[in-house]
Amino acid sequence: MTQTAFTRTEMLPPIAPPISERGVVKWLRENLFSSIPNIILTLAALFAVYWLVSLSLPWFLNGVWHAETVQQCRQIIAETAGPDASGACWAVIRVRWNQFLFGLYPVEEYWRPTLAFALMFVAIAPVLYSGLRKPCTIIVGIAAVLLSLALYGLGTDGWHGFVAVLCLAALTAVAWIAPKKLVWVTLVFPLLAFFLLWGGSVWGPVSVAIAFGILGLAFVKLASARGLLVASLAVALLFLCCFVNPIRLGESFLSNLVYLASFGTYDYVLHFDLRIGGYDLTELFPLHSALSGYLDAKLPIGLLYVRSDDFGGFLLAFVIGITAITASLPIGILLALGRQSDMPLVKSISVGFIEFFRGVPLITVLFSANFMLLYFLPPQTNFDLIVRVIIVVVIFASAYIAEVIRGGLAALPRGQYEAADALGLDYWQAQRLIIMPQALKISIPGIVSSFIGLFKDTTLVALVGLADPLTGVRKFVLADSAWKGIYWEPFIFVGAIFFVVCFSMSRYSMYLEQKLKTDHV
Amino acid sequence: MKKSAFYGALVATTLVAGMASAGTLDDVKARGELLCGSSSGLAGFGLPDANGVWTGFDVDLCRAVAAAVLGDATKVKFIATTGETRFTALASGEVDLLARNSTWTFSRDNDLKLDFVAVNYYDGQGFMVRKDLGVSSAKELDGATVCIQTGTTTELNLADFFKANSISYTPVTVADDSEAQRQYEAGACDAFTTDASGLASSRSAMADPSAHIILPEIISKEPLGPVVRHGDNNWGDIVRWTYFSLLIAEEKGITKANLNDVIAASEADPAADPETKRLLGIGDNDMGVMMGLDKDWARRSIGAAGNYGEIFEANIGEATPIGLARGLNALWTQGGLQYAPPVR
Repeated sequence: MTQTAFTRTEMLPPIAPPISERGVVKWLRENLFSSIPNIILTLAALFAVYWLVSLSLPWFLNGVWHAETVQQCRQIIAETAGPDASGACWAVIRVRWNQFLFGLYPVEEYWRPTLAFALMFVAIAPVLYSGLRKPCTIIVGIAAVLLSLALYGLGTDGWHGFVAVLCLAALTAVAWIAPKKLVWVTLVFPLLAFFLLWGGSVWGPVSVAIAFGILGLAFVKLASARGLLVASLAVALLFLCCFVNPIRLGESFLSNLVYLASFGTYDYVLHFDLRIGGYDLTELFPLHSALSGYLDAKLPIGLLYVRSDDFGGFLLAFVIGITAITASLPIGILLALGRQSDMPLVKSISVGFIEFFRGVPLITVLFSANFMLLYFLPPQTNFDLIVRVIIVVVIFASAYIAEVIRGGLAALPRGQYEAADALGLDYWQAQRLIIMPQALKISIPGIVSSFIGLFKDTTLVALVGLADPLTGVRKFVLADSAWKGIYWEPFIFVGAIFFVVCFSMSRYSMYLEQKLKTDHV
Repeated sequence: MKKSAFYGALVATTLVAGMASAGTLDDVKARGELLCGSSSGLAGFGLPDANGVWTGFDVDLCRAVAAAVLGDATKVKFIATTGETRFTALASGEVDLLARNSTWTFSRDNDLKLDFVAVNYYDGQGFMVRKDLGVSSAKELDGATVCIQTGTTTELNLADFFKANSISYTPVTVADDSEAQRQYEAGACDAFTTDASGLASSRSAMADPSAHIILPEIISKEPLGPVVRHGDNNWGDIVRWTYFSLLIAEEKGITKANLNDVIAASEADPAADPETKRLLGIGDNDMGVMMGLDKDWARRSIGAAGNYGEIFEANIGEATPIGLARGLNALWTQGGLQYAPPVR
């Protein structure tokens, strides 16, 4: 018998794994139904999801966008979905949309905050993407397109719309040709935004810009000639001499103090009419107000002045949030360094500041901004509530940022400090070139998380009577008898916008972490 | 007397004496704008509409004051104040006048050093219940859950009422009006209590208003009125008499529409009602000058939004969604409490 050896000449083609070991079934088996407890949990979760969706989905699907009152909404829902159906009345958002965005800002001036918002993207683009051409151009370009759409949607008059869009188009061109030059927009943006939002004479912000220009120039010249310390002192002195009236400042401060010490806070506020009245900030800054007054008389250019009381909605949230975010980072860095300092005075002041403001609730600080600050300022001072609120929010946020950055500093190995010393760098050089870049990189998640918290905390300003989108605007919109009886819709809408903003911040921080990652693991 | 207080007072008086202390009237005239502390949103009484224009019963009083003082009813800036910030805003000078449904109480008048110059709306706290609860009097609410806003005088009134009638209740505290209405409609509480004017407007906004009734008991007095700072009597008089001018106008049948006709008729007719003549500054009557205004002040205050009755009907009257009857707020001649002293 001949034995024929059976040998395959070719490999078997691989066959697909059995149905239970691949695809959806495998995934389900491994992730959802791997054991009895998991099966129970999966079923319970499925049931919970079904229950929630079945309750809320009809409400969303029956939503009405076009109606003039809540009664009309109810009528339309009853007609389309049956008499017992519930439905959302989104019409309130559609009709009052502008007020959720701008509060009581004058309707015909809506283009100003919109333009300021678009310019904000131009201003942060070079900072976020370190002057890279492509992302900068994309951001500025998108801002330009959205601005034109927004201005069209808001029904802005042609002339202002044209100027605003032209301005953004020019900046897009700048971003493409010389992206690094956009930093100038960043530098002037605070004054520009102030002018656009509050309006008034153009010469106020311009003379501030001139003053800062002169002081900055003097500082640079002196610093190179005489060293940092001399330059700082000289510029501070120059500032005080030129821009503050020291006699008035001291006088009003002392007279307030005397009054407060002798009568106590209680009488002090009640007898406001007895207080030594009549000072305002223009008297404290005589040169500045004289200069801007003179220029304004010669050449009156300006925009309609808008009082802070008219700011509201997301405009208010963004004004407070963005100012506080940008100001709290540098102050927080200084406080963190101060806390690590060897100088006892600097250290104790920093520690005291940080611990005090981290130890009190933000609401307390806001109330003191509203009620207490007025008692310590010259009476009848025209010191804006929004500015007061921004100041306390900045102080509050700085204390948190300082601790986050201290975490980053603590994470740096001691060798980094020693290496900087060994290279012969002085303190500020070491901080700037070696310590801070690493410490900040480590602290990014914490910093961004503080910023997100800060932005959401802006809704607390409703407690001092400002029209934030969540409470202030919602309250007067729902007080209208046309919309009384609505409850969830404004919450959902405002929550969605907050989510978009906070989620973008979080995503950007992840991008930044990826970009700055240097450990190649 | 403490020594420091003495020196402090000395410093203060010396410095104050050296300065012309401007009153609120002068401040308002110099500013060219009346700053009116307003509600942060209360249906019918004060709220901004979709275009940001403030409307309401209290708002119209501010317009009348602005018209009387500045000659232009539009020269008024409304500043939204909350229940917490309203009195500080007034005391610190952020507003000239607070017209924001604030209840006149002893402690506010004396302890907070404010002056309530008039009562432009007599309100009172009431209860709303579902009709199918089968309750017809608040005294039958034993064991009920009651939705109540925290931190208000209504909370204290409620406790007083139930205590006085020896019945029990469970409070469900809510933060604001819309939440209260939400909770009540969702069945979280059997009864909803707040000022009767607020109950009426909440009821009208319900999906089925006829399913709810407002109980007849009014358990508290809530006289609401405009407030000014203590110590500036002239300004207080101006606000008070601007309000009275609106009441007298209703009493005399002077409306926004017939104002000019009445003026023309009174000028032509020497036998016309003398008080009307004094009010409107006809002939050689110049009563307004006595309080630092001119003789036409009342013409302007009435011309701003009409007389008291017109303001009432336009904002909270029976033709509006709020649908309030005049009740206690009718003129004294019609059985109400609204009574203005004579212009003489």
